[in-house]
Formats: sequence, C-alpha cells, structure tokens
Amino acid sequence: MLVEDACMEEAHNHETDELSQQELLEKLDEIIDHYGADKGALIPILQMAQSLFGYLPDPVLSKISARLEKPFSEVAGVVSFYSFFSRTPQGKHQIRVCLGTACYVRGAKEVLTSLKKELGIDLGESTEDRCFSLEVGRCFGACGLAPVAMVGTDVHQRVKPSKMKALLQDYRLSFSSEEEGGEE
Amino acid sequence: MAEIYINGQPCVVEDHVTVLDAARQLGLFLPTLCKMENRSAIGACRLCVVEIEGARTLQVACATPVRDGMEIFTQSRRVREARQMIVELLLSEHCGDCQTCERSGDCELQDIAREMGIREVRFEGERLPCEIDDSTPALIRDSGKCIKCRRCVTVCGDTQAVGALFPQGRGFDTRIGPAFSMDLDEVPCVQCGQCAAVCPVGAITERDHIDGVWEALQDEKKHVVVQTAPAIRAALGECFGYEAGTLVTGKMTSALRMLGFDGVFDTNFTADLTIMEEGTELLNRLKKALVDHAQVALPMFTSCSPGWIRFAEFFYPNFLPNLSTCKSPQQMFGAVAKTYYAKKMGIPAEDLTVVSVMPCTAKKFEAQRSEMNDSGVQDVDYVLTTRELAEMIQSAGIDFKSLKNGKMDAPMGLSSGAADIFANTGGVMEAAIRTAYELVTGRPLPMDNLHVQPVIGLEGIKEAALKIENPLPEWAFLDGVEMRVAVAHGLNNARKVMEAIKSGYKTYHFVEVMTCPGGCIGGGGQPRFTDDSVRLKRINAIYQEDEGKELRTSHNNPQVAQIYKEFLGEPLGERSHHLLHTHYMPAKCPSD
Repeated sequence: MLVEDACMEEAHNHETDELSQQELLEKLDEIIDHYGADKGALIPILQMAQSLFGYLPDPVLSKISARLEKPFSEVAGVVSFYSFFSRTPQGKHQIRVCLGTACYVRGAKEVLTSLKKELGIDLGESTEDRCFSLEVGRCFGACGLAPVAMVGTDVHQRVKPSKMKALLQDYRLSFSSEEEGGEE
Repeated sequence: MAEIYINGQPCVVEDHVTVLDAARQLGLFLPTLCKMENRSAIGACRLCVVEIEGARTLQVACATPVRDGMEIFTQSRRVREARQMIVELLLSEHCGDCQTCERSGDCELQDIAREMGIREVRFEGERLPCEIDDSTPALIRDSGKCIKCRRCVTVCGDTQAVGALFPQGRGFDTRIGPAFSMDLDEVPCVQCGQCAAVCPVGAITERDHIDGVWEALQDEKKHVVVQTAPAIRAALGECFGYEAGTLVTGKMTSALRMLGFDGVFDTNFTADLTIMEEGTELLNRLKKALVDHAQVALPMFTSCSPGWIRFAEFFYPNFLPNLSTCKSPQQMFGAVAKTYYAKKMGIPAEDLTVVSVMPCTAKKFEAQRSEMNDSGVQDVDYVLTTRELAEMIQSAGIDFKSLKNGKMDAPMGLSSGAADIFANTGGVMEAAIRTAYELVTGRPLPMDNLHVQPVIGLEGIKEAALKIENPLPEWAFLDGVEMRVAVAHGLNNARKVMEAIKSGYKTYHFVEVMTCPGGCIGGGGQPRFTDDSVRLKRINAIYQEDEGKELRTSHNNPQVAQIYKEFLGEPLGERSHHLLHTHYMPAKCPSD
C-alpha cells in the first residue's frame, strides 16, 4: 500500500486519536522520506500531514520546514494561501460551502448563513464537541449542481438553507453513537 | 541574435534577453517597481507592460523574452492607459501619507506617479490596515504602505538566504512579512536591512535615531562624539547630487562639525585596531594548531559584520567558536571612546554620547546587544545610517557642496588605507594579509600596490592562497605553510561557503564574510538605489582613498601604537580582551 493511502485511511480511522504526538511525528517523517525530502513536494506533504494530524499545528510546520530546508515563512505562506489548510483543530466532519460564482448566484451565501446559525460557529471555527468545522470551499467542479456543500468527502448538491438542520442530523447521530460506543 | 522592432525602430539584440533589457539597451527605461538586477523577473507590479504585435493581451516586458521579428510598442495609448490604471490602483490602496512619509522624495511609487502625470486617483479602494512592526532595534515595517512588489522577499530569500519574509495569505489580504502574522523579532531575521534598501516605498525602513542624536547635541551636559564608517565617505555624496563613487571625506567631516559634534572621529581608527587584534588572534590560533597540536577552531571567520554574526548564531551555532572574538570596529570604538578617550578628556562615561554613522541597519541592533557595554554603560548610543546623516545635514540647512574639506580629530581620527578598505568585500582580508605578512616575515606584502587581487571585486565567493617563506625566527613554524583564505559577501554566498566547509569539501585558514552584496559599501543603510554599477563605483572610490594614503598598513598607524602604549597594553592583553573582544550565543528561531 502506498504511504499516501495508508495515511489517508489512517486519518479517517478513529485509531489515530490514540497515537501519541510522538508517533504521529514519526509517521510524518516517513511521509517526508517517501518524497525524498523533495522541496517540490511541499503541498502533497502538507496535505498528508493535515490528514494525519487533522490540522497543521506549528511544530508540524517547523518539522516540514526543517526537513525540506525551506524557510518557515515560505511554508507558512503556502499554508495561509490555500483555504484547504487549517492551523486549528478541525471537527470530525469538515463542512465546506462552495462560494464560487455559480454557487454564489444560486444562494450559497444563504446556505452558509443557515449553517453558521445551526452550528453556532463562524467560519474557520469548530463546534465545541468537535463534531463539525466550517470553511468556505473554492469551486469543487460541480457547478451544474449548485449550490454545493461538502461534508468530509460527501458532496451535497442543490442544498437549501431550510434543509441544513436535517442534513446535519445524520452526521450528528453517527458522531454521538461513536462517542458513546467508543471504537466501532 | 534576434532582430526586433521597438516602436518601429529595428534593433538587434541577443537571443533570450527580456523585452525590458532589450529596451534598456536602446536607452528606453520602462517603469518597474519590482524588477531587480541579476534576479529573475518577479512580475508582480505589472508596470512594464508593453504591446506586442500578435499578442491578444499586454505582456510584462520583464518576463517576456524577445524572439526574432518581434514588434514591440512601449508607449501606445493602450500601454499608457494600462500603466496609468495600474499606478492609480496601487495608489488607491496605498497608505499615502506622502508629506510625512520617511520616503518622501526618495520613493519610487511617488516618482512613477509624477513621471506618468497622475493628477488624480479615480478610485477609492479598500485600504490595508497600517500594522506597524517595530519589534526589532533596526527595522520598522508598515503593512499599509506595502505594494506587494516582493523585492524584499527576493532579497531576503535569494540574496541573503535568510527567508524571513514571504507573502502570507492570498488576494487583497496578502501580507508580505514573516510567517503568518509574526513580528520580525519572532523569526530568524538578521536585520541586515537589504529589504529596506530595495523597498520601493516606505513599507520597510530603518528605525530612526535622528531625534535622539539632536537631543544629545542640544544637551549641554553631554559631550557628543561621532565615528564614521569607511563606507560612508564613498556614498554620502550621492544624497547631495554627486556621482556615485565620489569621495566626500573632507566635506563630511566639516558637515559633522557644523552639526555640533564635539569630536569627529573615524571608525577606521578602530578598524586598524581590529586588524591588530584579529591578526594576532589568527596567528595565535595557527600557532596552537601547528605547534601545540591543540584542538582549535579553524578556519577563523571575521566578525565585523553584525548581520553575519546573527546569521551564524541562528543557522550555524556549531561554528560560533570559529568566529573571531573581536568586536566590530564600531563597538571597539564605543568601548575605547568611553574609557580611553573619556579618561583623557576627564569626562565621565555617562556624560559621553557616542554616535556612529554606518552604512548598515544591523549596526543599530549590534549597538543594543546586551554584551556591548564593557565601558560600564552602553558603548555606542546612537547609530545613524548614511541616509539618516544626509537627512540631518539637509535639515540643518548645510550647503554640503560648498563645504571646505575638514580634518578628523586626534587621537582616534588617524587611520591607514588598510582600514578604508574594510568597506569593500575582500577588504578586511586584504588588510589582515598586509599586516600579518609583514609581521610574520618582516617584509612588506610582495604584491602590486599591496592589493590582493584574487579577493577584489564582485564575484560572490573568492579564494586566495599565499605561501609563507623565510619568516622571522619567532614565526618559523609557519615556514612553507600555504595560507588558504576565502571571501564571501551576501549571506547566500556565505551559506555556500559554510556548507562547503561543513562537508569537508573546502578547508581554509581564514574566511571573511560580509553580510551585504559588495560589502559595507552596499549596506542596507546606504543611499538608494544600489546596483552593481553603483557598488563598483563605491568600491573603486574606497581603493582610491586607500592608495592616496602614505599609511597603508594598520600596524604602522602611530595612533594605534599610542593607544597600546598608553592604555591597552598589547593585542589580546587583559585590557584589550575586556574591551575589544566579545562572545556569541546560539540564537533560537522561535519557530523551531
């Protein structure tokens, strides 16, 4: 299995919560080794690090900066350029509402407002129980289905502000059963 | 070769040059706020747009290579309107407090707006907030003035290999600065000020010490002395309309006296002292290695350049024992002025104010380092850049061009030509070789006009080897030894030398590092705009100053002999050790 796949899978797996920070950093080293510490591999390494840790804490960025021999400012520049990267812990389900042109004209902003109200959080924040976090997405390439929102890797098409509560409910249910039941 | 047509005029240029460079060869300067010499195009400002026959859109001249038969139009209506629009848009989001801006009259955006005849800005855009970063002793950043040209990013990352600055965020909200929203004191910035030297506007400037100097000059209780670094005399004239490379040593001295300084001295004097101390230190290290076979840190690195010191503290902490323990000439001057001179004049050190004029912003940082108070108080109180001194002279109403040539004061105003060349890359090395060779062999350096040609000039890394033959009996252990030296300027070149030494690829005895390209003459505090032609002119002026002197070697400076006799004792002696030497500490990058 490729290291990428392993990490992606691991990130989606609840087991990662049990790995210590030290073990995660060792895994990060493996990812960087996999790319031969190639300076050009900054973005894929950041993507995989985010999958692994759930977000990009500063010690992770420092390590990537040191191993790729790239200035910290440059790594930070890339992280702050892409809305996909996050420096704060994310909820289990990351909600991204597309605000691209097609989605925007078909009411994505109202969808976003409804979600903010429903979750009680602002953009870039996570709910207290770490079930959800909310971000603006750039175009997902599904303009014909606008407005589009993604929850984790699920794409929801033609979403309506009034249906947000119901949409969130399914994820909430699975989240709380996991919380109670521990490991699946 | 390619035949191209610029505004209908045929001309033949080399293949692959950019349209911008081709136009320059024709004497046509296209406006740009981001392009820098010897650096690949940034393409951020878009001001150099031109119309190219057959191209749908306007193209940036700095990033478009010529091709055979290309027809280029640089001043068509479409081009002019586009450029005006770009300038207006830049102005619309620029915090334009031009009357009170430090860069007023020395601002490339202001110049371009004037040259293009912009009389109104048709747009009222959203503006970036003016977030001020005054966290370091040397530099001030103002985000509201930044036009995001990225010159500072290029110079910090490529020329200096420091990488403290990079664009953060995206779109309108992009900020040019340290990681995320950190301040400069939270990242490994060496405070060299090359960013401030290339900034086209007032977004990065040196921390102003002018008010403090005026206040000291007005204070009757204070005895205020000034020292000027060798690089100032070859550049200050540029602020008063002289051609780059005009020596203004005498006029500068007169101007300083008119400003009210009680003593006008020369950092050159302590540059000579540096050679005595550093030369002795090098010979001692060699003796320990060759005679005692002791573990000793070699090669030895020069320590005059505070940006380089900080760079080593951040990035090469394992090499700190290799740095000469000598303070820089600025700090030696401060320490000697507040002890030797103060005592001679009967003035308590607290009542003596030492001002230095430096081509450098990192010197402001160096003066405030906690180790730099061996006289009992802060050894150097204020550091002015060349630009700040020019501003003081102008604000005092002094007609610089009409001044007569003044002479510096004794006992710290006499210096050798070897001290002058401290301003140039390779200069400290040459000065050290002149003295070390003569001390070891008893004969003057057998080179044409005492110049060590291989270490002269703008090449990034220079090397030389010198075989020692028939030394004096006390230096017999050096007989037949081939001294290998290297010189690097610009910290990216320093990094290359360090990596070569670290890997064992290169071995040297002595290495000179100057932080800024060209050495101090290209420092971050020098008049703008410094390119290689200006660097070369200043370098030549400095060699001219050196060659014009009878006294060419540091150890023959009678005032230096006098201070050892009256006060210091001998090089590396107890008092010298206390006042003229320092120590270094590894610096932690907060992001580590």
